[in-house]
Amino acid sequence: MRETAIAVGAGALVLALLPFSTAERLWIAGVALALFVPMGIFGRARSLRLIRWAVGVGWIVLPVIALMLIGGFSPWLPRVETTQWGGLMLTVILAVVGIVASFPLGVLLALGRQSELPLVRWLSILYIEIVRGVPLVTVIFMASLMLPLFLPGDLRIDQALRAMVAFTLFTAAYIAENVRGGLQAIPRGQIEAARALGLHGWLITLFIVLPQALRAVIPANVGQFISLFKDTSLVFVAALLDLFNMGRSILANPDWLGFDREILLFIAFVYFICTYSMAHLSHRLEKILGVGER
Amino acid sequence: MTEEIIICRDVHKWFGDFHVLRGVTTTVRKGEVVVICGPSGSGKSTFIRTLNRLEEHQRGQIIVDGIELTHDVKNIEAIRREIGMVFQSFNLFPHLTVLQNITLAPIWVRKMRRPEAEALAMQLLERVGIPEQAHKFPGQLSGGQQQRVAIARALAMQPKIMLFDEPTSALDPEMIKEVLDVMRELARSGMTMLVITHEMGFAKEVADRIVFFDEGRIVEENSPEEFFKNPRHERTKLFLSQILHH
Repeated sequence: MRETAIAVGAGALVLALLPFSTAERLWIAGVALALFVPMGIFGRARSLRLIRWAVGVGWIVLPVIALMLIGGFSPWLPRVETTQWGGLMLTVILAVVGIVASFPLGVLLALGRQSELPLVRWLSILYIEIVRGVPLVTVIFMASLMLPLFLPGDLRIDQALRAMVAFTLFTAAYIAENVRGGLQAIPRGQIEAARALGLHGWLITLFIVLPQALRAVIPANVGQFISLFKDTSLVFVAALLDLFNMGRSILANPDWLGFDREILLFIAFVYFICTYSMAHLSHRLEKILGVGER
Repeated sequence: MTEEIIICRDVHKWFGDFHVLRGVTTTVRKGEVVVICGPSGSGKSTFIRTLNRLEEHQRGQIIVDGIELTHDVKNIEAIRREIGMVFQSFNLFPHLTVLQNITLAPIWVRKMRRPEAEALAMQLLERVGIPEQAHKFPGQLSGGQQQRVAIARALAMQPKIMLFDEPTSALDPEMIKEVLDVMRELARSGMTMLVITHEMGFAKEVADRIVFFDEGRIVEENSPEEFFKNPRHERTKLFLSQILHH
């Protein structure tokens, strides 16, 4: 299984280095991205140290290659405009950017909500409650259609970038509430012991409170990330074609009439592979970080 | 040896409407071991927690090592560096190893270098008798071992005063001795100690003075011999008869 995945990944890598058209390179980048994620997660080689090593390198090298292919950060490749992004690649990029950016923002909001400074606390609460009170579609819709109305005409923000910002801002509010739950679960004695040792505010937060709180909310946060991954299909309101909407557009093509079942099942399967990988990763992360369990 | 390291004058504290401390006045000399006892809810725990400002007193004066406890954060931090505290429920940091638990504050508060802090931690673990547990997590230790780590963690800040808030109350009987032994050794080394405990054997043997709390006041204060032989107040007599004959 794993060997096959690596063989396919290596094949994709070789192909990626050959001179292909923009669209083809997009596909290859998408495939590479989709492969290295499960490979990294399931690549727990028992005896095959080489594979473990290859997976480690793959985690570092493949995103860079994908970035190069997409961004054209090399003299001989043109940049792939975001308007041409689509399919699984768009889904993965939106989800990855959303997860990476929303997590720190969410943690900051959670801390802000507990802050002793009233202004910070009230702003955090206001933000969290407003964002949680609005459907995600509305947020994306506002970011993609209404924002340009308020901006000066010549200032244009990239459509995909706007979607990323919308997902990040939306998810951060939920992450913040998850993290707050974790913060509140820290026993008072932990903070008292830290204070009695002479540690002060931010040191206590950094070394005592956050490590414990974040570990406790891994399952909740990964749940949020899984839901973000699937919610990326809502970008159709911003006229972007992610995995699901690419499938829909194929269905609209007369050449593929009558293949609804195949296409939809395939898309569902791809979603499942990705989300199950995330769930599995979360499980392993919990185990790794759970060594000091009380 | 007559230097007064803790001075409390008419200390009051309220929790909402509840008047927990009703004018506590006492002094502790350097190197003295003071055992504090009293019924639950008498304010003894609140009292020692006001000494390192885990609780704020609302009236009166507390002076520790020449520094008065006020709202001044600098003073509070300075005093907390000089006072170690051991809790009933250990309060070790479960996500850090024993060694990390002990070295965290010396490194970040005392600005000690890591190798130095680790050497100090190992030395303290030797002293409390569990150097072989250095790389385990608190959850993997017995209660007695955890409490000894907590003592080592407090000592790593090289405090002048140690506060013990019922250090053996959460322990199984066979583990109480190992913790009391460490405390005995500490008392002999000349550490200034305030100990809340119901271990009267320990009090008789180690204490220079016993302070009896009831309803937020110090009811009686005496040497262990006098305290156990000739308690002066009715409340003290009742308390002693209850805990000595249960």
